[in-house]
Amino acid sequence: MDPILFFTQALNGLQFGVMLFLMATGLTLIFGVMNLINLAHGSLYMMGAYFAATLQQKTGSFIWAIILSIPLTVLLGMIVEMLALRRLYNRDHLDQVLATYGLILFFNELVRMVWGPQSYFMALPQFLSHHVQIFSGLTYPVYRLVIIGVGLGVGAGLYGLIHHTRLGMLIRAGASNREMVNALGVNIRFLYTVVFGLGAALAGLAGMLAGPILSVEVGMGEPILILAFVVIVIGGIGSIQGAFFAAVLVGVADTFGRVLLPPGMASMGIYVLMAAVLCWRPEGLFPAQRT
Amino acid sequence: MTFRRIFCFVFIVFFATLPLWSDVFHTRLFTRILIFALLALSLDLVVGYGGMVSFGHAAFFGTGAYMTGLMSLHGITDALVVWPAAAGAAMLIALPIGALSLRTRGAYFIMITLAFAQMIYYFASGLETFGGSDGMRLLARNTLAGKEFLRHHEFFYYVAAGFLAGAFLLCRRLTGSRFGLILGGIRQNEKRMQSLGYATFPYKLTCFVISAALAGLSGALMANETLYISPSLLHWTQSGHALVMVILGGMGTLAGPVLGAIVLLLMEEILSAFTQHWMIVLGPLLILVVLYARGGLYGLWPQKKVSHVTPP
Amino acid sequence: MKRKGLLGKFFGGLLLALMFSVNSAAVGHAADKVKVGFIATLSGPGASLGTDILDGFRLGLSHCGDKLGGIPVELVTGDDQMRPEVAVQVASRMVERDKVDFVTGIVFSNVMMAVASPILDQGRFLISANAGPSLLAGDQCHPNLFTISWQNDQTHEAMGKYLQDQGIRRVYLMAPDYQAGKDGLTGFKRYFDGEVVAEVYTRVNQPDYAAELAQLRAAKPDAVFVFYPGGMGINFVKQYAQAGLKDEIPLYTTAFTLDQSVLRAMGDAALGLVNASFWSPDLDNPVNKKFVADFKDTHNRLPSLFAAQGYDAALLMDSAVRSAKGQIRDEDKLREGFRKADFQSVRGNFRFNNNHFPVQNFYIRQVIKNEEGILTNKMLGVAFEEHMDAYHKQCPMKW
Repeated sequence: MDPILFFTQALNGLQFGVMLFLMATGLTLIFGVMNLINLAHGSLYMMGAYFAATLQQKTGSFIWAIILSIPLTVLLGMIVEMLALRRLYNRDHLDQVLATYGLILFFNELVRMVWGPQSYFMALPQFLSHHVQIFSGLTYPVYRLVIIGVGLGVGAGLYGLIHHTRLGMLIRAGASNREMVNALGVNIRFLYTVVFGLGAALAGLAGMLAGPILSVEVGMGEPILILAFVVIVIGGIGSIQGAFFAAVLVGVADTFGRVLLPPGMASMGIYVLMAAVLCWRPEGLFPAQRT
Repeated sequence: MTFRRIFCFVFIVFFATLPLWSDVFHTRLFTRILIFALLALSLDLVVGYGGMVSFGHAAFFGTGAYMTGLMSLHGITDALVVWPAAAGAAMLIALPIGALSLRTRGAYFIMITLAFAQMIYYFASGLETFGGSDGMRLLARNTLAGKEFLRHHEFFYYVAAGFLAGAFLLCRRLTGSRFGLILGGIRQNEKRMQSLGYATFPYKLTCFVISAALAGLSGALMANETLYISPSLLHWTQSGHALVMVILGGMGTLAGPVLGAIVLLLMEEILSAFTQHWMIVLGPLLILVVLYARGGLYGLWPQKKVSHVTPP
Repeated sequence: MKRKGLLGKFFGGLLLALMFSVNSAAVGHAADKVKVGFIATLSGPGASLGTDILDGFRLGLSHCGDKLGGIPVELVTGDDQMRPEVAVQVASRMVERDKVDFVTGIVFSNVMMAVASPILDQGRFLISANAGPSLLAGDQCHPNLFTISWQNDQTHEAMGKYLQDQGIRRVYLMAPDYQAGKDGLTGFKRYFDGEVVAEVYTRVNQPDYAAELAQLRAAKPDAVFVFYPGGMGINFVKQYAQAGLKDEIPLYTTAFTLDQSVLRAMGDAALGLVNASFWSPDLDNPVNKKFVADFKDTHNRLPSLFAAQGYDAALLMDSAVRSAKGQIRDEDKLREGFRKADFQSVRGNFRFNNNHFPVQNFYIRQVIKNEEGILTNKMLGVAFEEHMDAYHKQCPMKW
């Protein structure tokens, strides 16, 4: 593989990793703070993409579509949280799995009824559809660079939010000792709803960004959901930092695996990676501290 | 008490006589339900009793089915050989998977079992001799001691029912035994069992392997019922489906998974007859069961305390 | 007790539902009715093809006056959930309880392989409206199985022939890593003699192709041929255009990638792409014109080739029952009727080969924008006339 191709594939791996990070970080946040396994995270990703695609058609603007869809996804996430999921925080993980699996079935069928069974169109905005030359011989689509930028920006923003704000402090406290936070008079219910909304926003954002590249269709969330779970398990459940490194690791490993290995083995690649990591470090690469 | 007895009686009479008064379709539908009930029961052994949430049980189910196919390719079709071999193959695979996976716990265990199952899924999709991703048709059901009894759907129904009943009794023996009690102790507090001097790992691994054997057996039965094996038997959605049966019915009980399998498959059958959009009904129904029927449907059972499984 | 009530209600409902279904089985069916079972993936993510075929089939039935050969028709649908073992159960319901005379639909090859025997062994007729696996065209062909669509390899063969005729020498091939993908590329290579630069198989349902496209660009082929049906095709075509490859290296595919059902979701990325198909919406014959116009009126969208297949399946059944003079219990007469295929197909000329797979023309089409600004396909030319599949000689059937 010549250096330019190698560099291109590395960028592709990074971009894929960043997409995975956007999905995984919401998942790991919800898991870490509320101890909830949310299979319906992929549905929020799908809903984000459908909201944005519809709004793009209505408004004709990609930017407006994103700006309007994020609050819509947050709202949807909060409604789902208040109606169903908040009763599940103290339940067994398996109860959560069953209920959120029910949500997947519901949302997939809902989308099929509202938007029809055929895939939906979301255009790449004109001003992002060209290529830039990074150095001689290597051009890369601007939109994919934007995705990388947004992902890194979200990562940095989350880091700041969690380590330098009051909300972040509560999130950290809630993750390590729920009862204590409650006893200190914090409205933990509201905190949870907010955190869930934040997770939904991240999933929805991932869906909106994926929309112009991918087919916006029923069930689009499930393949990426499985990958996101792989990421948070490799990274260590509850650790946003772990999710970031694991996402990039999975993205790069998968990209190079697809290019270098025969197809059957490439498909197994990330699962072999996960099994190997867990055999080596059973709590993932960056185990979250709990008290 | 009386209601329970009457219900049990009706339940058993219903299943014992079903092929006698029902048509072929319903006999086969319930054969399939019984086979899935066996799979769900095997899964409950690790999930409900062993406290190990396996999200990769399709691996053992599919291995049993593929073993049946492999042997029929080589002209070995007698159930007395094929079915033990199917269960054995599943155990053989479960041993390394279990040994490696049991280093982890909780959500990590869920994901590592999924990872192994996915590896086997992709491996099977690449097997050209078995039709790759399309799968392979089996020519006929297995013979039984050289005779073609199993061709008759009614007979096959009773074979499946017999295996389920056998597995049910086996699991009851197992969970009531010293082994089962230790396993229960491990589930509730592994550290305490360790400090009491028990080496917990062999107990958990044994439970995992026994469960895989039952799953492999159900896979062999499934291959016989549909006469078709394909990687879809190994797909993670199949593991999820089995897990839904267990939780829906009530895990940590023996009747729960059986009930879950019956109810889920019948709901799919009945709802899909009414509308293409049956999933929009099934989804919220599952949520309602979780929210309002703690311990699953079996938890609604009157006058019976359900032993709640404490989270690991 | 509240709990008891809940449980009682639940099981009461369940038993009622069961009894209801047993009862409906006992009624049976009158001889003055023909029953058709339709099996396809109708729920969940893979449902778009199945619903399209069903829409086309229903339109075909209504054009026949909701009768087949003058006999009132009753349609039963079944959802295979894209899983072969579920399909076997649905087939068993249709054959053993509903006692259907014909089964049709069947989107995916693996489902086809699973349900073929259970239906055919019971003496029922199976009319595949989509899947055409090579095994069933070759030595496993069956007297009661008719395929109205195509054999899996055929459409790809047409594109192989076209590129060969165009004098293109170095081609890069891509398909998903499953049986239909391998069949497709095998079919392509059967009629293409030039150099195959690479034959790349990607993961099934893989969303992103950036890595593969980078490899492709580096290989600098003269042309690219891919088989990516449904959502995979949408992803691939969009990303191919976004990578700037569309103007650099011409992309050729089949109708499965550029069909009406996916064009809307691709947008301008699909514009101008060339593909092969047995059918095109602008095929100039009266049946096709009526089909396209009425489908548009009913569903407010242009029909896909899958809808066309469903439509033809209905017309074929109608002609077979008519030709057998309504004696649908007489297997031999009915088979004769099917073999004659005495109907006007939307694709023009149509007849069955000895293996009951179609002998038909294959066309080259191009994606254009019509007067209303809607993306659709326009005929460019003919790749094959009266094309037979590669497996019919292995089929022992003679008639």
